[in-house]
Amino acid sequence: MLVLDRVAVRYGGVQALDAVSLTVIPGSVLGLIGPNGAGKTTLVNATTGLTPLAGGTIVLDGRRIDGLTPHRVARAGIARTYQNIRLFGALDVRANLAAGAYTRTQRLDAAAMQALLARAGAGELDLDAPANALPYGDQRRLEIARALAAEPRVLMLDEPAAGMNPAETGRLVDTIRAIAASGIGVLLIEHDMRLVRAACDAVVVLNFGEVIARGTPAHIGRDPVVIEAYLGTGAESLA
Amino acid sequence: MSVLADFYAQHSQLIDQIGVNATLALSLSVSLQAGQLALAQAAFMGIAAYVSAILAMNAHWPLLAAIVTAVLASTLVAALLAYPIRRLRGIFLAIATIGFGEIVRVFANNLNVTGGAEGLSSIPSDATTGVIYASLAVVALGLLLLSRTKFALAVALVREDEYAARGVGIDVGAIRTLSLALGGAIAGLGGALYAHSSFFITPNDFGFARMEEILVWCVIGGVTSPLGAVLGAALLSILPEVIRFLRDYREVTNGIILLAVILFAPGGLASLWRARRRRAARTRA
Repeated sequence: MLVLDRVAVRYGGVQALDAVSLTVIPGSVLGLIGPNGAGKTTLVNATTGLTPLAGGTIVLDGRRIDGLTPHRVARAGIARTYQNIRLFGALDVRANLAAGAYTRTQRLDAAAMQALLARAGAGELDLDAPANALPYGDQRRLEIARALAAEPRVLMLDEPAAGMNPAETGRLVDTIRAIAASGIGVLLIEHDMRLVRAACDAVVVLNFGEVIARGTPAHIGRDPVVIEAYLGTGAESLA
Repeated sequence: MSVLADFYAQHSQLIDQIGVNATLALSLSVSLQAGQLALAQAAFMGIAAYVSAILAMNAHWPLLAAIVTAVLASTLVAALLAYPIRRLRGIFLAIATIGFGEIVRVFANNLNVTGGAEGLSSIPSDATTGVIYASLAVVALGLLLLSRTKFALAVALVREDEYAARGVGIDVGAIRTLSLALGGAIAGLGGALYAHSSFFITPNDFGFARMEEILVWCVIGGVTSPLGAVLGAALLSILPEVIRFLRDYREVTNGIILLAVILFAPGGLASLWRARRRRAARTRA
């Protein structure tokens, strides 16, 4: 269980996150939504140790992880994907998966690698292909497979559907549900409300660094505060 | 057999030089593989050359003990240097490490124990061709074994994307320090062998011109290929001997070759080899 308690981040004079609290429960998917600049990626960066906190605590399975360096947070059991894909582009699929399993003692064989790719929805990929030669969607899925290779307790997905077509996004829902069903706590940052509705058990809405709403996806879609933050006043509801 | 013996007698100095230079090229290739343009190899080389020469001349240490101590000294200096330069990347790292090289050269120029600008002479020349190539073989074998470990994977990941490397749990600072120290150790070995095979050493043997030379070997060979670095060093060591009239224009020739490689084969010799293999694989398929 990942628990963020009144987490604050400041960039100079800007309050990027202000007293944000949320809990990622093993086996479930928590959606994190909000307009551009709401602080969603900042929250992931703060949790993974890339951005220092100005206040609050982060606890993973009873252990404080705020203040740890990024590689120690990764070792503690948090894996992530990036909004702008960050694969090791010049290296092959095999090396990228081995990189994901860097903190594990056991080496991955080819069968284990294909199993990881299948879990990430990538199906059969040529393990010798350079990562940057893969189609865009496969790069996104390889990034998820790399994160799964670390056998994380919490997986943070930063806009995994960006650039995917509707069919791919549909399959992504199944992938995310299956990952959660295997006991991993998933934090899903997403703009696509349809994906959020289909994949998430609960949703937290950020705006200007503050939590403005939380609840089930159905409840959030009808919340006037959320609708106003996204579409301005007078809008009816979110698709 | 006698043809070989004659050849060796004529060219033993060049053969020794190639071995030492190949060792130095490998040392730089280690830090280039971690994506670090750390150009302090000539300084590490110089530190070990002086330590080893002084121990052999003043304290009459045997060759092996002197070389091992010198390598430990250059490794330690490299590991310590990693700390102040830990936040520097790219061109800033290059400038800082070149600056460190100048500091070492100036110290060598002004200390009594190093013999000042005149350097040290009458160093026992007991690093034979056998010793030099045995050392090179140990380094090459060590790097080959290392290339199959997790450390090599971590080095490649740090080179590709430091940020993502942290994300998969790699202590980037530790990998950078280790690769710099390893480069310092190998450069130190090259420096000690240099001292014990060239009779005398002066501070200018370890200045910026030397650093540039080592960098050119690596660039010509292909920056991330250890084998390329060795080939680059061998080729550029032989070239001025084969083309005699180029001898006086050594640095100019190096510069021209460097430009040609950057323009026509940016991946160096290793990339030409890889491209050929790829073409061969395509024609077969």
